[in-house]
Amino acid sequence: MSIAIENLSKDYGAAPVLSGITTTIVTGEFVAVLGASGCGKSTLLNVIAGLEPPSAGSVGVPAGGAAFMFQDAALLPWLTARANIELALELRGIPRNARRARAGELLELVHLADAGDKRPHELSGGMRQRASLARALGQDRPVLLMDEPFAALDAITRDLLHEELERIWRAHRRTVLFVTHNVREAVRLGQRVLLLSSRPGRIAAEWKIPGHVRTDPAAQAALTGDITQRLREEIRHHAN
Amino acid sequence: MPTSITSATAIARERATARAANPAPDPDPAALPAGPGSQATTDSLGELEAGLDNLQDAPAASRPAAGRILLPLGTLAALLSLWQLAAWFGSPRTDLFPGPLEVLGTAGALAADGRLAEAVATSLQRGVLGFALALAIGTPLGLLLSASTTLRRGLGPLVSGLQVLPSVAWVPAAIIWFGLTDATVFFVVLMGATPSIANGFLSGVDMVPPQYRRLGTVLGASRTQQLLRIVLPAALPGYLAGLKQGWAFSWRSLMAAEIIAVGGSIGFGLGSLLQQGRDLSQMAVVVAAILAILAVGIAVELLVFTPLERRLLHRRGLAPGAGR
Repeated sequence: MSIAIENLSKDYGAAPVLSGITTTIVTGEFVAVLGASGCGKSTLLNVIAGLEPPSAGSVGVPAGGAAFMFQDAALLPWLTARANIELALELRGIPRNARRARAGELLELVHLADAGDKRPHELSGGMRQRASLARALGQDRPVLLMDEPFAALDAITRDLLHEELERIWRAHRRTVLFVTHNVREAVRLGQRVLLLSSRPGRIAAEWKIPGHVRTDPAAQAALTGDITQRLREEIRHHAN
Repeated sequence: MPTSITSATAIARERATARAANPAPDPDPAALPAGPGSQATTDSLGELEAGLDNLQDAPAASRPAAGRILLPLGTLAALLSLWQLAAWFGSPRTDLFPGPLEVLGTAGALAADGRLAEAVATSLQRGVLGFALALAIGTPLGLLLSASTTLRRGLGPLVSGLQVLPSVAWVPAAIIWFGLTDATVFFVVLMGATPSIANGFLSGVDMVPPQYRRLGTVLGASRTQQLLRIVLPAALPGYLAGLKQGWAFSWRSLMAAEIIAVGGSIGFGLGSLLQQGRDLSQMAVVVAAILAILAVGIAVELLVFTPLERRLLHRRGLAPGAGR
């Protein structure tokens, strides 16, 4: 039930966006994909999610498919937070009477039990992303793809959501592919960090993050420094 | 493919040695509040989030409702006063330029002999029926055009063009085809309103953010579910705007048809009243009929479309002053 990406390439006409990506993400692993703008991080997720076909190579995704979490929460504005989650359950084929209870559980899980009847415009950015996370979990797919989900949030809220996501991931082991341009975020959350180069995007470097590093601020900071340096090297290649 | 694997174990090992040398290190004040797992931390996380949620929850600004009603009413009163003053002091011929009091008197007389009520009822009934017909044709037409690119390429320009064509242009043709019957009136209303409704539907669908469709795909929606649960609800504000315009076109087309096509089995509507005033050179009747046409238009707008629109947009946080 792992994700197997084999020599994946993607181009739009002449411009190659992704080139020769090969990696395997094992079941229950949390992988952070890091890269500067224009490295095709989002394209990689779209191809894995099946929103776009690959130009070459192959992507093997577990039978259940992948849930997706967008950068902006992408909650439907005419539905309450609860109804947004219920819609995901409905499209999954959950019978009506089971939906309400399950949506309640999911809201509870992301600490939104009291805000379920609010509409998206009545929620703060962090609450919207939590509702979006609850909806993605409601899809109940083995894989969760996250496209810079916390990029637009303020630092305090983002910090909280990191903890929230980590807690939920520990409790409900999904295979997570988390795209970000934030090195600290990648080190904070990932068990493994993939660094993509830009234009075309290929895997330039890879780090494993041992469990104790994630709870050790000093080690975290050291590793963040290493990765940042490597990322800057990649960006410097594009100076000329 | 340049792939290098850099392990962080070295750093970690270093850290572990340091910890062994000093078994009880001071907790780092910058560290996040402890690791995950225990119930206590989960609770405190929830509490923290609740606090943040409450801080970011701005109280909704209350809107002064009085200004919404008093301001237009005050403006109306001022305009009527100006009109009356102009009629008293500016014009020697009240038969050509009747003041509001005289028009009010005429309207009272028209109401007393039942002509006003008959005209309003006839016109409104036709307007609503014609609009309903246009709705029943324009909506499926918009749906068809939005679903098929070929159809849209072929028929789209024609539908847009028809929207520009003044529907009065259909009156002579309708009289030749249907004679002086209600069918003439309905035909003209239909030709006036249907393109607006179809176009409103189309632009509503066009303006659905692509993100919503992607979301539908990701959530596993079938084509029908995508349409019914995502695209149509998202297109509703644009469709409503089309309906509003469609009603305006219905009402205008109806008046044009009623003014031109008089007699036969066609009933007595507001347009007919207007035409009668002109035939008898009764300026007060003409002005009273114009005001009645305006009043019905405003009433439908205020009683039907404004509440619908307000509710729809308010729910989506799109109305001015709806909050964040």
